[in-house]
Amino acid sequence: MRKWTLTVAVAAALAACGGNQPSGTADSASEDFQAKLQQQLLDAKPGSVIDIPAGHYHLNRGLSLRTDGITIRGAGMDKTVLSFKGQVVGPEGLLVNANDFTIENLALEDTKGDALKINQGKNITIRGVRVEWTGGPQTTNGAYGLYPVKTQNVLIENSTVIGASDAGIYVGQSNNIVVRNNRAEQNVAGIEIENSVNADVYGNTATKNTGGILVFNMPNLSQAGHSTRVYKNTVLDNNTDNFAAKGAAVASVPRGSGVVINSNDKVEIFDNDIGDHKTANVIISSYFSTNYYNTRGVAADYNPYPKGIYVYDNRFKSGGDAPDGMKLKVLKTAVYGMNGRFPDVLWDGYVDSKTLVNGLPPDSDRICIQGANGVLNADGPNDYKNPTTDTKAYQCTLPKLPPVALDPAPKA
Amino acid sequence: MTVVRCALLLLVLCVAGCHQGMDSVAFQADGRPPRLSDWHVVEVRDGKLTLNQGVVPYDLNTPLFTDYAHKLRTIWMPKGVSAKYDPNDTFDFPVGTIISKTFYYPKGAKPGEVARTYDSSKDFAGEGLDMARVHLIETRILVRRESGWAAIPYVWNDAQTEAQLARTGAVIPLTLVASDQAREDFNYVVPDESQCSSCHAQDWVTRKIHPIGPKARHLNRDYRYADGDENELEHLMKVGYLIGAPKPADAPRNANWMDPHAPLDARARAYLDINCGHCHNPKGAANTTALTLDVSVAEDRHIGLCKPPVAAGRGTGDHMFDIVPGKPDDSILAYRMASKDPGEMMPEIGRSTVHQEGVSLIRAWIAAQPGECVAIH
Repeated sequence: MRKWTLTVAVAAALAACGGNQPSGTADSASEDFQAKLQQQLLDAKPGSVIDIPAGHYHLNRGLSLRTDGITIRGAGMDKTVLSFKGQVVGPEGLLVNANDFTIENLALEDTKGDALKINQGKNITIRGVRVEWTGGPQTTNGAYGLYPVKTQNVLIENSTVIGASDAGIYVGQSNNIVVRNNRAEQNVAGIEIENSVNADVYGNTATKNTGGILVFNMPNLSQAGHSTRVYKNTVLDNNTDNFAAKGAAVASVPRGSGVVINSNDKVEIFDNDIGDHKTANVIISSYFSTNYYNTRGVAADYNPYPKGIYVYDNRFKSGGDAPDGMKLKVLKTAVYGMNGRFPDVLWDGYVDSKTLVNGLPPDSDRICIQGANGVLNADGPNDYKNPTTDTKAYQCTLPKLPPVALDPAPKA
Repeated sequence: MTVVRCALLLLVLCVAGCHQGMDSVAFQADGRPPRLSDWHVVEVRDGKLTLNQGVVPYDLNTPLFTDYAHKLRTIWMPKGVSAKYDPNDTFDFPVGTIISKTFYYPKGAKPGEVARTYDSSKDFAGEGLDMARVHLIETRILVRRESGWAAIPYVWNDAQTEAQLARTGAVIPLTLVASDQAREDFNYVVPDESQCSSCHAQDWVTRKIHPIGPKARHLNRDYRYADGDENELEHLMKVGYLIGAPKPADAPRNANWMDPHAPLDARARAYLDINCGHCHNPKGAANTTALTLDVSVAEDRHIGLCKPPVAAGRGTGDHMFDIVPGKPDDSILAYRMASKDPGEMMPEIGRSTVHQEGVSLIRAWIAAQPGECVAIH
């Protein structure tokens, strides 16, 4: 209560002195902190460790780092908090364009844009970082929480992301990736691996997002993604309404999606606990189902088909009882009745017809599913007219992907 | 006799070495001098921001928008060296080159108020600036050292007598006042030293920084020098700062985005080139987005036609494609230019206000694009 009174008094005093100037001027202690941290980021030399003591700090400008070999370390994800509420310039909380970067044990809150973006770099470690938009799920929250893009050899572990209006943890156009033991909650997408090669996603908890864990390939980018293993994760109750802005890649994710594969290849989903998703526990889909595919805007060499998808040995709980969107609702009722539910796996049914032999894709391109209570081929190409439930086509196995080995191994 | 000799000697020294009492331009091989005046490139003297001897001003056909600030750009080189011409890229400048860019506004009626106008004709006193008429905000130095280019920001003091080193940038509240007295409060943001690279490191892998403006297509235009109008490329050749440039007619030239006689496409492409191309090029920070906006890009999906966004987040403004031909209201490109929310706007840094006239230009250009985006299901 005293603190509140003081804040009001200071605000009133500032308003009286400052007239109509725009917001964003932080108090002097925070100004000092911000200037010092900026200076440390500018002065850092390879090998430098920037220690940020416990405290709740307000920053009004995005930070950036462009020096290799830097560690930024706080006193704990609930102790060292960098709040960007009222940020006047960004868009990120912290933008990094450097190799051999480690950030650990701190929190980034309420950035206008992405919280932590690492654009182009190798040997990246993000550990024990909390990113949070403190007002809960809102379209006006920043897009991505932890966002390495065009990176190699990336570890994201023991971190928490809450409230991202796109993906909480989003690894894009990267190679050799481990995302483990994180918690993603109340984001549109909990964890998303996009256009990336060799990713292991394990030991994570994704809950209360719109979609839990996504493995996507977008067109036009520097590389097509493949070879992702999603295993030993807890993916439960991702039924939050989709609050992404339309046009965002994840805006097409139905509320109540567990694990979603879109247009990506060689994806292995195993040994996960997946359940309570109102649309479906697993969705396998093609770029055709996103509404973005068009004649002029997508590269001709783009492969929109999910190929070589292997789902096995997961522990599914119930789901599929209240799918998102009119089309899926109608589909569910048509196939399973008013009180029925979708099976664990929903596939939109697009296949690369050019490659079919006797009606089946080549062995390595098949969708193989074991241990699910059923698969619905929604017949997307014919606007859901002839959905099928026969699971024979998915009774197959695929060679298992090798584990991802980070090289060099991250420092403990 | 001795007195006369001394006076003569002084006169000779002055003609040779100094400019209105300024010391010679001082190339700083390393470090960051604490004051702008340590460089002796531009200094406030006798009511003017004065350019030192050998400091050559230049302008660009179409400049980057920076919250309606006016800009005075200069270049200086040591004796006996020159930049090598390149038709496409930034010229190859010799070690010792110093480029300065001073951001300022025509004065408003009160402190903190600045005029929003494109008219810069009243700003000048000779080749310098008339301090009775302008308010200086910041001067950025780009210096070519042995190790490459370095960017060093300076912010002008309230007394307008000196600019101090400001490595961490600054946030300066100002009010823009238009000729119709319309007012807009905004935060003028001086980028920190690291953010200089956001634009000037046009290759995000090497991270080397370079000047952006001194390219043939931007400089191929006339400038009003002290001794008359002349094409900037020709002038730089004449003073020995540039070698190898062809005749202006044979050099590339971007349109002036405000030139009503230039084709709409040329004006829009020049605008996108200088405002977006430093990141949105095949090697730049925004090559993660598959959207290329520099001058060389083909007008197809690469420039955004019907292209789905990649990581725009809420910057989409609920739109599906970067550019929907004929439909600026449905195009993400126009939406992000018209936003001043740091989580949505483009460019990401360098402005706090919306460039209304720039948005109008790009909207008109999008409206003129033929065809449509035909969905495939």
